[in-house]
Amino acid sequence: MENDIAVKVSKLSRHFGSFVAVDEISFEVKKGEIFGFLGANGAGKTTAIKMLCGLLKPTSGEAYVAGFNIKTESSNIKKHTGYMSQKFSLYEDLKVKENIEFYGGIYGLSRKEILNKTKLLLSELHLENMQNSLTKTLPMGWKQRLALSTALLHDPPVIFLDEPTGGVDPVSRRNFWRIIYKIANLGKTIFVTTHYMDEAEYCKRLSIMHKGKIIEIGTPADLKSKYNKSSIQDVFVELADRD
Amino acid sequence: MMLPIISVKNFSKSFGNIKAVADLNLDVEKGELFGLIGPDGAGKTTTIRTLVTLIPPDSGQLFVNNLDVSKHLREIRSITGYMPQRFSLYPDLSVNQNLNFFANLFEVPKKEIPERKKRLFQFSNLEPFSKRLAGRLSGGMKQKLALSCTLIHNPLVLILDEPTTGVDPVSRNEFWIILKELKSEGVTILVSTPYMDEALKCDRIAIMHEGSILAQGKPDALTGRIENNIYKLTGIDLINHIDSIAKMPDIISVQSFGNSLHLTFPKNIPVEKIIEDIKQILKQNFILKQTEPSIEDLFIALVEGKNHNGK
Repeated sequence: MENDIAVKVSKLSRHFGSFVAVDEISFEVKKGEIFGFLGANGAGKTTAIKMLCGLLKPTSGEAYVAGFNIKTESSNIKKHTGYMSQKFSLYEDLKVKENIEFYGGIYGLSRKEILNKTKLLLSELHLENMQNSLTKTLPMGWKQRLALSTALLHDPPVIFLDEPTGGVDPVSRRNFWRIIYKIANLGKTIFVTTHYMDEAEYCKRLSIMHKGKIIEIGTPADLKSKYNKSSIQDVFVELADRD
Repeated sequence: MMLPIISVKNFSKSFGNIKAVADLNLDVEKGELFGLIGPDGAGKTTTIRTLVTLIPPDSGQLFVNNLDVSKHLREIRSITGYMPQRFSLYPDLSVNQNLNFFANLFEVPKKEIPERKKRLFQFSNLEPFSKRLAGRLSGGMKQKLALSCTLIHNPLVLILDEPTTGVDPVSRNEFWIILKELKSEGVTILVSTPYMDEALKCDRIAIMHEGSILAQGKPDALTGRIENNIYKLTGIDLINHIDSIAKMPDIISVQSFGNSLHLTFPKNIPVEKIIEDIKQILKQNFILKQTEPSIEDLFIALVEGKNHNGK
């Protein structure tokens, strides 16, 4: 696998009984790229992401994430990827500090690393004063940043974000994307799904899934000019509405 | 004057130390499509759950069709159709069985059920799937079934809590078309959503944030209230230049909108001056054009204004 490729997918499929959830998808994501993975509900995005995170075995096809084979090296995949979803997967009844420590433990960091990372994160997120508050009392935008931070504790080169900004207010959403840009500028690869089509425009490249297949892939500018539309929203509606 | 169908006066509700809603006032007129617009944690669900008599208010008065939510729980439940945020249908029952179940629950007369189902299938297009288990429907179809179950007893008022959250743009659009149809049949609809763009589909909206209403009225009248100039800047990789543009002397706010930026500056600053300042920062061609403010611009302006006043 070439050195500058973070995710390489070839003819990846997943069937559930007679239902083909993912149908021979192929694409590559470069290191440091922000890659938007779009599609209507039921298009197969979640199934594809589960396979790429090593949580679900493919029916056929190959995929490499951060250089590891998703079929044979799933424990390495988990060590080298970060995952954050809309649900945030934080423990609401733990203190802010405890959530960071907990995830540090899960990712196998040493006691000393956990202490250092906790201190660093609390200061970066300006959460020092809140470190002993229960996580459920944090405003949404902060919870979201905390969830992202815990997904990054083990310094993964590839980060999966599954609808990370659902329901978050417009100001926090924008702040979040500026953090994403900073992380990508450090060379991390971002693989993101979203239903906010304005956020799709922030991605370097996009793919659009429809009924298990990737039916379009390219930069937002290329896609808009190809379909002669002024926004990705319009491109999406045209493509996703097809039968 | 006609009495509003939904009336909320000085409503407050806390959960422990968390103030979910503080002194909220709003009226929804008969036949109106009214939107509660705001992010998670704004207080939308608390307001809705209080209106449908699931939780009592701490203080204030809430009326549905002139009935007090603290006193007339049973009557209010029989005239409202409430669709909670979580899919609350029986996944192991078919589409048809779910509809029958809700019809029985709401005591719809047996002989009227087929006619009502037929009417609901007309807008939901779910008839071909009537034997499919609800758990096996797609996200958009589940929402349509939930809405149909909510409508089976012909409610006077429809109250929907974030029906389009997590739903893709195409299904979201279909759902709003259905709401418009219901409205044209005279149903009063109160709907909450975190998607700011959906505000434009409502007759009137209340923009909510952290337990209070920031602004209330017709969507276009509200965006017209923005006092500053909003210009759209288009160019390449602009997101990397936000910080330096935000530092320009006359700029009040810079926000990314897709691949462009929205720049807010006072009306008395000539745009030529802004262009000159941008030229100092961007070593590339760019376009700066005045733009119609969106609800999202308004929300940001209101929230940032509030933060400024608080400081």
